[in-house]
Amino acid sequence: MSEHSEHIVPARLYVLIWAILIVCTVLTAWVATVDLGKFNTVVALGIATFKASVVVLIFMHVKYTSEKMTKAILMASVFWLLLLLVLSLTDYSSRPQGLLIPSSSDLVRLV
Amino acid sequence: MSDSPAMTDTVDVVHHDRPELRHHFAAVDQQRNAASLGMWWFLGTEIMFFGGMFCAYLIYRRWYFPEFAAASRTLDLKVGTFNTVVLICSSLTVAMSVRAAQLGKRKQQVWLLFWTLVFGLSFLGIKTYEWGNKYKEHHIPTFDYNVISGEGNIVKGNEALLGITDEIKNNPVKLRQREAEIQQHTKLFYSLYFALTGMHAIHMIVGVGIFLVISWMAHKGRFTPEYHTPLEIAGLYWHFVDIVWIYLFPLLYLIDRRPGA
Repeated sequence: MSEHSEHIVPARLYVLIWAILIVCTVLTAWVATVDLGKFNTVVALGIATFKASVVVLIFMHVKYTSEKMTKAILMASVFWLLLLLVLSLTDYSSRPQGLLIPSSSDLVRLV
Repeated sequence: MSDSPAMTDTVDVVHHDRPELRHHFAAVDQQRNAASLGMWWFLGTEIMFFGGMFCAYLIYRRWYFPEFAAASRTLDLKVGTFNTVVLICSSLTVAMSVRAAQLGKRKQQVWLLFWTLVFGLSFLGIKTYEWGNKYKEHHIPTFDYNVISGEGNIVKGNEALLGITDEIKNNPVKLRQREAEIQQHTKLFYSLYFALTGMHAIHMIVGVGIFLVISWMAHKGRFTPEYHTPLEIAGLYWHFVDIVWIYLFPLLYLIDRRPGA
């Protein structure tokens, strides 16, 4: 019966996830002080994404849900976020950097 | 309900045996899924809301990386890490309290919710302490903002990172110019820092408010193994706010902590 389809996660798994999250937090704080060159940011964001995925899948029950729409909303939201971030950053990265404040003579020309 | 007949075409079924089941839902499962889905839609809009701020932060961080890195180093790494741990503990207690509701353990549920509130308020308290330190260091972008001299001097020790060479040091005009730039660009970092952590804190305050009500409902025995949807979807919100912090912590505190870089 679909009536009682709600999944009950074992307490041990919750505690295990909690321990993984704590270890990852300490790890990310420590690894930031190690010189990895450009990869410091990559590692930091990688660990953050792993932590977020674990929270979404286990604590937020996405792994166990029977509702497919939940997964659709989640994936659509993350896809939208990646569109925003990746396209904005590639755009800004391919232009002269810094704030371009128009000079008063530019403004006069616009009028 | 498990032994009731299959759903019929009639819409106006009244579930006298199930007071928590609203008449426009066919089954408890459907009602719970609908409520949970509503919360997920809301969290989708929250991703859009925070996404805009994250995007602004990432662009400025790319533009003014040295200034952002130097400013990031003034944040207290130990306190930030500890606060992340506190928030993760609160997420565990929320998840466990939902589980306690699923199993019908009321007392355990209430205790776990109590600890959620304790962790949530501790996080806010620690955040207030950090903001207070920023005030003392003149790092709040308002009237007394100063990062180039005094208590909150971020140039000292970060000369190489900020590109202050001996040539610039010995040229008062160039040094002034660079210092003015550092003032401006670090102001952007701190503005975004306060906007992002402030918005996150507002979400935490709202979360604490929601969980005060939820705790009261749990205390009154409103949640049963069959019906605990308010607790469950409030939990989704709480975990989401936790995830926002999981990203804020490395982005704000860990820009560049490499020694000697």
